Amino acid sequence: MIPVCRIDQIEVEGGVAALVDGAAVAIFRTHDGNVFAMSNWDPFSQASVLARGIVGTRGGVPFVASPMHKQAFDLRTGQCLDDAAVRVMTYDVQVDDGLVLIGSPQETSQEI
Amino acid sequence: MNVRKKLVVVGHGMVGHRFVQAAIERGLTETHDVVVIGDEPRPAYDRVALTSFFEVGAKALSLLPGGRYDDPRVALRTGASVVAVSPRQRIITLNTGEDLHYDELVLATGAYPFVPPVPGKDLDNVFVYRTIEDLEAIRKAAKRAKSGAVVGGGLLGLEAANALSQLGLETHVVELAPRLMAVQVDAAGGLTLSRHVEQLGLTVHTGAMTEAILGTTKVTGMALKDRKPLDVDMVVFSAGIRPRDQLGGTADLALAERGGILVDEHCRTSDEHIFAIGECAAPAGVMYGLVAPGYAMAEVVVDALLGGAGTFEGADMSTKLKLLGVDVASFGDAHATTAGALELVYSDAVAGVYKKLVISEDGRQLLGGVLVGDASAYGVLRPMVASGIELPENPEDLILPAGRGLTDIGLPDEAQVCSCNDVTKADIIAAAAAGETTRAGSTCGSCKVQTKKIIEDYYASQGQDVDRSICEHFPLTRQELFDVVAVHGYTRFDQVVEGHGTGRGCDICKPAIASILASQLGGHVLDDSTRTLQDTNDAYLANIQRNGTYSVVPRIPGGEITPEKLIVIGEVARDFGLYTKITGGQRIDLFGARMEQLPMIWRRLVDAGFESGHAYGKSLRTVKSCVGSTWCRYGVQDSVQLAIDLELRYRGLRSPHKLKGGVSGCARECAEARGKDFGVIATEKGWNLYVGGNGGATPAHARLLAGDLDTETLVRYLDRFLMYYVRTADRLQRTAPWIDSLDGGLDRVREIVVDDALGLGSELEASMSRHVDGYFDEWKATIDDPEKLARFVSFVNAPGVPDPSISFREERGQIAPAVSLGESIPVGAP
Ligand code: SRM
Ligand SMILES: Cc1cc2nc3c(=O)[nH]c(=O)nc-3n(C[C@H](O)[C@H](O)[C@H](O)COP(=O)(O)OP(=O)(O)OC[C@H]3O[C@@H](n4cnc5c(N)ncnc54)[C@H](O)[C@@H]3O)c2cc1C
Ligand code: SF4
Ligand code: FES
Repeated sequence: MIPVCRIDQIEVEGGVAALVDGAAVAIFRTHDGNVFAMSNWDPFSQASVLARGIVGTRGGVPFVASPMHKQAFDLRTGQCLDDAAVRVMTYDVQVDDGLVLIGSPQETSQEI
Repeated sequence: MNVRKKLVVVGHGMVGHRFVQAAIERGLTETHDVVVIGDEPRPAYDRVALTSFFEVGAKALSLLPGGRYDDPRVALRTGASVVAVSPRQRIITLNTGEDLHYDELVLATGAYPFVPPVPGKDLDNVFVYRTIEDLEAIRKAAKRAKSGAVVGGGLLGLEAANALSQLGLETHVVELAPRLMAVQVDAAGGLTLSRHVEQLGLTVHTGAMTEAILGTTKVTGMALKDRKPLDVDMVVFSAGIRPRDQLGGTADLALAERGGILVDEHCRTSDEHIFAIGECAAPAGVMYGLVAPGYAMAEVVVDALLGGAGTFEGADMSTKLKLLGVDVASFGDAHATTAGALELVYSDAVAGVYKKLVISEDGRQLLGGVLVGDASAYGVLRPMVASGIELPENPEDLILPAGRGLTDIGLPDEAQVCSCNDVTKADIIAAAAAGETTRAGSTCGSCKVQTKKIIEDYYASQGQDVDRSICEHFPLTRQELFDVVAVHGYTRFDQVVEGHGTGRGCDICKPAIASILASQLGGHVLDDSTRTLQDTNDAYLANIQRNGTYSVVPRIPGGEITPEKLIVIGEVARDFGLYTKITGGQRIDLFGARMEQLPMIWRRLVDAGFESGHAYGKSLRTVKSCVGSTWCRYGVQDSVQLAIDLELRYRGLRSPHKLKGGVSGCARECAEARGKDFGVIATEKGWNLYVGGNGGATPAHARLLAGDLDTETLVRYLDRFLMYYVRTADRLQRTAPWIDSLDGGLDRVREIVVDDALGLGSELEASMSRHVDGYFDEWKATIDDPEKLARFVSFVNAPGVPDPSISFREERGQIAPAVSLGESIPVGAP
């Protein structure tokens, strides 16, 4: 896993983008202290922007709204909440001693 | 065995269509096959809303968008006309020569516009105003015409005249009677109406008789008796309608003395198998030129064919004019013809308001009335007439401007709220209770406000919240959130969501609360406590573009700029390789800045004396100006100075939606001020203040709030107006829909802003001056703050690396986003 930043560099209910093996990864921190990582690429607008979206909850699901056209993505799975056919790749993420570490992409769906 | 019967309907207009709908809904097609024959090239459409054809097109007006009924037992033939009816054989003959048998026949052939036999009436560019084809022809001719006249100053004539004027023609209204809308409105009301119509830019000629239309092939003018001829190049006749009762003639049916097919209370003609409904029918000898009575007749005939005993008992002739910007309504016994009737009149010539109530001799009942200039009370008054509800003790309260909230006067359940579709208050409540809707509001729309209010009150009475909540996290409207924040003195989103909401918010409530906190507290939008609440654009103080880059818009107050500053903008654009464009808001937009470039770009701009233009915020954008009296030979006031002053005063004000202003130096209005949320137009004596204009998807013209103001008063009214809007509007509601949403509309705004009826004035002014005193430039504050700057990087772990997914191509000598290659691009790698 690759360290990318300190946890306090990510605002609560905010996101940052990091460059991991040439790929842009969006890392989010939620109010309850969880950290999530997914591809920064918004499949709808075809732009690398997801880290700049607003983070919140929809019916209990933590999500980020694309800053471009507001489609919502489940932070845990990358599943788009407005279009069942769309999912963004997620990444393994860990916080160790205040450092955020990004692992490999999760190509398949993960249990939640 | 049951033999199916054949029901033929002639005419597929509004009433014919309603008849078929009711026949299907009420099961008449179980026993009857229905054939409908209409001679227009298309299925029925909403003729009442015909004028909106220019804006929305034919499709949106269709009452049968699919072109056919769902019920297979109904066949519709358009573009075919019936030329004769032979009641003895029960056969109708089509223009194609084809004969059709019927068991029952319903005539719904409507009416045609009456064109008086004046010389020249057959020239090119003479039109009537009845069908979509008429409007298409008018629009086409208007493209090559400069001015036009409408003959007839009635309800329809005014609608047609307004349409001509919207098509860009200099427009005259020629009316034989001594006043406009003579049928509906009395003399004093007509005078007030004329003034309003003239304010729309139309020229009104009352008591004027059209002698001839001039021209050899095409219209070149119009001759009026005892007056100067009018120099017009098109003419629209709107001098009344006549029933299309010719088929009645071919069938030897009894006709009414003044035209129309005579029918009894079941709408049956003198032949027992033939019915007539809508404008071609004359129940008890009277023809009704409105859609509501036609709909009622349609129901009566369906009822009769089902063996019921429903009757048509005459109808309410109330009307509300649908003209933009002129409120006119008349209802019940508007001319006080009832014996002993009393009149209560309120008139304010300055404000252009005239209201009259006609009251029964004993003062107990409302019989009718006329409203000009402010018809907001129509929704309550008309049902009061229809239901006979007892008048309150001081009936004048109903029409006085500062009277109590009209909607507080309870209507009885049986009060008819929607006259077009005969829907009562009880019907609306029953539908709301069953989770259904009624047809109320779907025809002329004049009962919409009242209907909405009844539904909301019903839900409220059930202890249910009307779902006006902003999103799933808060059961509150934006206005309620505003108050909650103010009352509790909240400063953070957490406090608001923990105290009044659920979950952790979303992209709807967070920016709304950020805006509310900003309006109440000032502060920087990128402060720790509000940073993560901001909408995309506010979050980086720039507008995001399709490829993830940003645009930069420095403020150029009033559109005035020195050559030095222009050069700086040019240099910055050149040095950072940005695409430059003049915006529609009289300033310059620089596109294609990468996020990490924004601080450097702004450093340069701030050093040269620029500040944020807030193109990204729901806040003041620009105050557009014209050049004004300094240079322009027509200017009467210094519009540039005022535009700059207003832009600097209200810059940075966070609001429910974006805000735009404009100032023109004279009535020629080169700044398009009436297309802005607030528009100021110079007069010889000062300034006229208009509010509630916008462009965008639903354009609206700003309307006059107050006239001939000195600058100080103008600013005071504007402070109040804007703060009142900031406090009470819904999220993403521009000023025009906000004004419409207030009980009393613009008059209500005037009461609060100009008359200070609620005594809110000084409080609103004080909060505006807090805003003005607390203003600072967001961009300057950002580039001076390392903590805020730290966020302006593409990658947290590689601050120097630009986002590799962004690339540009060249177009017309400048950069443009490179076409995206689609999903096949590996994430992040170009
Ligand atoms: C740049 C500009 C077009 C241009 O090249 O001329 C523009 C660009 C945008 N307009 Fe506009 N509008 C621009 C003038 C206008 C005008 C003309 C005017 O102001 O006189 C109008 C109609 C007038 C009005 O607003 O009443 C206009 C009506 C809209 C609307 C519709 C608003 C409405 O009430 O329906 C939107 C959408 C919205 O705000 O929700 C919009 C939204 C936008 C946004 C912000 C969309 C977005 O979120 O990306 C565009 C991005 C601006 C950027 O990246 O800098 N823009 N937009 C103009 C910037 C003016 C300025 O200097 O600030
Ligand atoms: C611009 C405008 C604005 C209006 N605004 C209002 C308003 O605000 N409120 C209001 O209540 N009313 C309003 N009206 C009036 C309203 O539109 C009419 O009352 C209503 O359309 C009458 O319906 P109808 O079906 O009787 O007639 P129509 O809608 O005219 O339908 C009759 C149809 O029958 C067809 N037809 C006639 N003869 C034959 C034949 N021999 N064979 C086959 N087809 C035939 C006609 O072509 C037409 O399509 C307005 C009308 C206009 C033109
Ligand atoms: S009109 Fe549409 S595309 Fe053009 S600038 Fe405005 S929002 Fe963008
Ligand atoms: S009164 Fe016309 S739609 Fe209700």
